[in-house]
Amino acid sequence: MRYIEPHGHMVSRTTDDYQAMTMAGCAAICEPAFWAGFDRKSADGFYDYFCQLTQHEPKRAAKFGLPHYCWLCINPKESEDVALANDVLALIPQFLKSPTVLGIGEIGLNKNTRNEMKILEQHIELAVKYDQLILVHTPHLEDKRKGTRLIMDALKANGVVKPERVIIDHVEEHTIGEVLDAGFWAGITLYPESKATPVRAVDMLENFASQRVWLNSACDWGVSDPIAVPKAAQEMRRRGHSAAAIDSLVYGNPVRFLSQCPNFKDPAALKS
Amino acid sequence: MSSPHPLSGTPPRSREQVAELHFMDARYKLLDLAAFLDRLERASGGDDHRIRGLRQALPLLLEKGDGRVAKILSLWSDPSAAPIEKSDTKAATGVWPGIK
Ligand SMILES: [Zn+2]
Repeated sequence: MRYIEPHGHMVSRTTDDYQAMTMAGCAAICEPAFWAGFDRKSADGFYDYFCQLTQHEPKRAAKFGLPHYCWLCINPKESEDVALANDVLALIPQFLKSPTVLGIGEIGLNKNTRNEMKILEQHIELAVKYDQLILVHTPHLEDKRKGTRLIMDALKANGVVKPERVIIDHVEEHTIGEVLDAGFWAGITLYPESKATPVRAVDMLENFASQRVWLNSACDWGVSDPIAVPKAAQEMRRRGHSAAAIDSLVYGNPVRFLSQCPNFKDPAALKS
Repeated sequence: MSSPHPLSGTPPRSREQVAELHFMDARYKLLDLAAFLDRLERASGGDDHRIRGLRQALPLLLEKGDGRVAKILSLWSDPSAAPIEKSDTKAATGVWPGIK
C-alpha cells in the first residue's frame, strides 16, 4: 500500500522512524511548524527552525527517498506573546519562496485566548495575501469544541478564505460534523492517548463519508506513532473495505487537497 | 451536527461480526476502567473535576443511539463561547474544570 503522511513533526523523530514509514508505504511527508515542547525566547529561534524545515529536513528525508514538504507559522502555544508573534510573522514571507512550502500552518488556538485569536487572524490575513493553503490546529481535550468554533468563525469572518483551501486538523466525534458542514477539510489525528485511535478514526470515516477527510499521525516529540496511518488502513482492511477505498482515503484525499498548492507534486506522477 | 452518511462501500456487518473484531478490545478496556474506579475507591480525598466528569459520562454508555463518543466529548467540553482574557496554563486536563 501507499500513503501520504500529511502531518508529522519529523525534526523530532529519528531515522528509524523514516525507515519504518518508508517501509510501511509512505510516499511523501508534510511537516507543519509547531511548538518545540518549550517556548523559544526570540524570533531568531524561529528563523533557525524555518531553515531547518525548508532546507535541512528535506535533505534528511531524501536519504530515505521521501519527498518532504512543510508549513510555516508561529504556533498558538507561543502566540500568547504578541510581540514575539509579530516578529515571527514578519519572517514568514521570505520563506514562502522555498520550493517545498505548502502554506501557513499549523495555526489555530490552544487555550482560546484573545491574544491567540489576534495572531490567528493575522496568519489568516497573511495566507490570503500570499494565496497560501491553511492548516489549522484545533485545541486539545475540553478546549477543542469551543476552539474549533472560534477558528471557523475567524476563517468565515475573513470573508476571502475559501473553505476548500483550509484543513482543520485534530477533529473528533464532536467536531467533525460541524467542520465538514462548513465546507472545510477535516484531519483526523491518530494519537495513542488524546485525539483519536485508529478504531475510532475508522468509525468516523464510516459515519461521515466525505471526500474532504485525511488521516495523520501528527507524530512529534511526545508519545506518538509515526506509522499510525498505515495502522488505520489495516483496521479498514480488517473491516472489509476495498483496497481502492483505502487508497483513495490515505493517498488520494491528501494528494487532492495538497495539489491545490503548486509546490506539491503527486509522488505517483514523479515516479512514472 | 451534520447527519452521518454511511461511507459508500462500508460492508454491512452483523453484531456477531463486530464482536469478532472488537469484543476483546472493549472487554479489556472495560476491565481497566473498572479497576481504575476501584483504585479511586481505595484512595483518600474527594473527586476532582476530571473524576466527576468521568462518573457523569458512565450513564451515557447505556443510552440508546450511536452518538456516545460525541455526547461524552461534549459533556467534557468548555461550554462557553467567547475567548478568555488570558490563560495561566498551556495544558488542558481532559474535562472542563467548571463541570458540576
Ligand atoms: Zn502538529
